[in-house]
Amino acid sequence: MIEIIIGILLTFMIIGSIICLETKDLLSAIIAIVPVGYFSGIIFLLLGAPDIAITQMVVEVLSLIILIRATIRRDLTTIEEERDFFGLITTFAFIFVFFIFAMEALRYLPPFGSPAFTLNQNAPSNRYLLNGLKETGAANIVNSVILDYRGYDTLGEATILFTSILGALAILRVYARKRKKNE
Amino acid sequence: MNNEEKGMSLIVKTVTRWLKGFIFLFGAYIVVFGHLSPGGGFPGGVVFAATFILITLAFGREYALKKIGKILASELDSLGALLFLIIATLGIYFTGIFFSNFIEKFHPTGNFKLFSSGTIPLCNISIGIKVGASLFMIFIILSIVRVVFEDGKGKLITTEKKREK
Repeated sequence: MIEIIIGILLTFMIIGSIICLETKDLLSAIIAIVPVGYFSGIIFLLLGAPDIAITQMVVEVLSLIILIRATIRRDLTTIEEERDFFGLITTFAFIFVFFIFAMEALRYLPPFGSPAFTLNQNAPSNRYLLNGLKETGAANIVNSVILDYRGYDTLGEATILFTSILGALAILRVYARKRKKNE
Repeated sequence: MNNEEKGMSLIVKTVTRWLKGFIFLFGAYIVVFGHLSPGGGFPGGVVFAATFILITLAFGREYALKKIGKILASELDSLGALLFLIIATLGIYFTGIFFSNFIEKFHPTGNFKLFSSGTIPLCNISIGIKVGASLFMIFIILSIVRVVFEDGKGKLITTEKKREK
């Protein structure tokens, strides 16, 4: 049953992406990309990952607001240029290569519904699930993983966010800083 | 155009005035209870940012910037990042390991208590502050600056009032 629902949602996501690629109007493109974010949130919820579902939903709403309000303001931007033929060929070649490798890799995955860590008893996720509450005291295992076991990852994520804000501030600054007069 | 600067209609303003506290409270709940229920620092911080973006959309940019300015937002951004780094570095001081959980992890009466699991809630709070401030700053920057085309050339202008001096 859950596979059918996920299949339907994935179909809508693919349709939305294709419409987003093919439409000429930027506002329509942004509205057409919405199902990709929302339905992936619903899929995360169906698969039993509420943490990621909350993050996906909230970030989707925020990015939609930022895209519509901040980048497209009063004037509607339309795209009239033809698509680059060489770029299209390269994209399809990459998709083909990726597809071959993905088919090879997907053969080693466990069947749908059985967790991936059951294949290997020594996998780290086994330890997180069995001893997570005992070792960290956090009832939410996801939080104990991202902030205790894998704190470095979160530190790197925070650094990336910080640096991106710094870059946006530096690029989008309109007034140049004045030089000192005695120079 | 002048209308947009002052925000949306009266209905939107009233609903925003009633709802903004609850939305902020929800974000705080997600952050503080991140180690017990689904959530954590990142989604809670995004909800914080969404509160201020809602205020910006409803009341106009000047009102929101009066509540939390660009400088305060960037200070909060840096403060969150520094807090997280300080908590991580204090692990070296107490146990000798970077990012170790050095505070007492268990509540005496059992699991599922708010004051448990050591440094994880503190990390959640610092990340929440950081993410909220930085996403609000992104919105403010992108909504202040816009590109204007003059004689076929793109030009970056700001709609912010020029500061004195």
